[in-house]
Amino acid sequence: MSLQTDLARVRGLGSAKEGTGHWWAQRLTAVALVPLGIWFVFAAVSLAGADLGEFRAWLTVPYNLILMVLLTGVLFHHMQLGMQVVFEDYIHSERSKTVVLILNRFIAVILGVSCIIALLRVAFGG
Amino acid sequence: MATDNRPLSPHLQVYRWQITSVLSILHRITGVGLAVGAIVFAYWLNAAGYGADAFARAQAVLGTWVGVVLLVGWTFALFYHLLNGIRHLFWDAGMGFELSQVRASGWTVVVGAAVLTAITWAVVWNTAGGAG
Repeated sequence: MSLQTDLARVRGLGSAKEGTGHWWAQRLTAVALVPLGIWFVFAAVSLAGADLGEFRAWLTVPYNLILMVLLTGVLFHHMQLGMQVVFEDYIHSERSKTVVLILNRFIAVILGVSCIIALLRVAFGG
Repeated sequence: MATDNRPLSPHLQVYRWQITSVLSILHRITGVGLAVGAIVFAYWLNAAGYGADAFARAQAVLGTWVGVVLLVGWTFALFYHLLNGIRHLFWDAGMGFELSQVRASGWTVVVGAAVLTAITWAVVWNTAGGAG
């Protein structure tokens, strides 16, 4: 057992050693979104005015479904990370900030999961 | 905590507008705008998952003139955020920090986003015959 106080023990160790976690996740998702975003512009242009049958036919091409699911997952993760920084910068009350950051996470996950399930329903469902 | 009445440093409006600061805040503004667009993207996909009628309605809503104006805005926001994001990634790698380079890359991003938006919508209108 050490005779050091808790404070002395953690001094100089930095925070929880996760200070770069958010920053790095934002960059990783950004790098992934460069090709996915460019691809989605082409996809969206080709789907302008499509009905559900045409959309389904397009989604049954395997790489289209894979890229759409990847895009959706990465997009909503990147959105959550970016909006978190905006809320942290502009909301100064700790209580409101905590509530908004929780809602931010919940909404991002709900939107992302619902989109992926919708994609799978269109591709595989009747 | 008595932090409310502290003196504030000069606010944004006392500074002259510069390409660097304008593009910096524009990255955040387009990011927030794209988050709103992501909600519409989620509506569009969930409508497809719901059924043919719901998807036809979503496509029709996006094809109204208000929908098209918003989509053009989101297209520009996407290209701006994408190109300026690449500019940020180069800075993260330690490249392009000279003031002349920062200005040049900034104007490249603005002009690039405008040109790519124009090309994208020219293609949409030529292939879809005006339907959004």
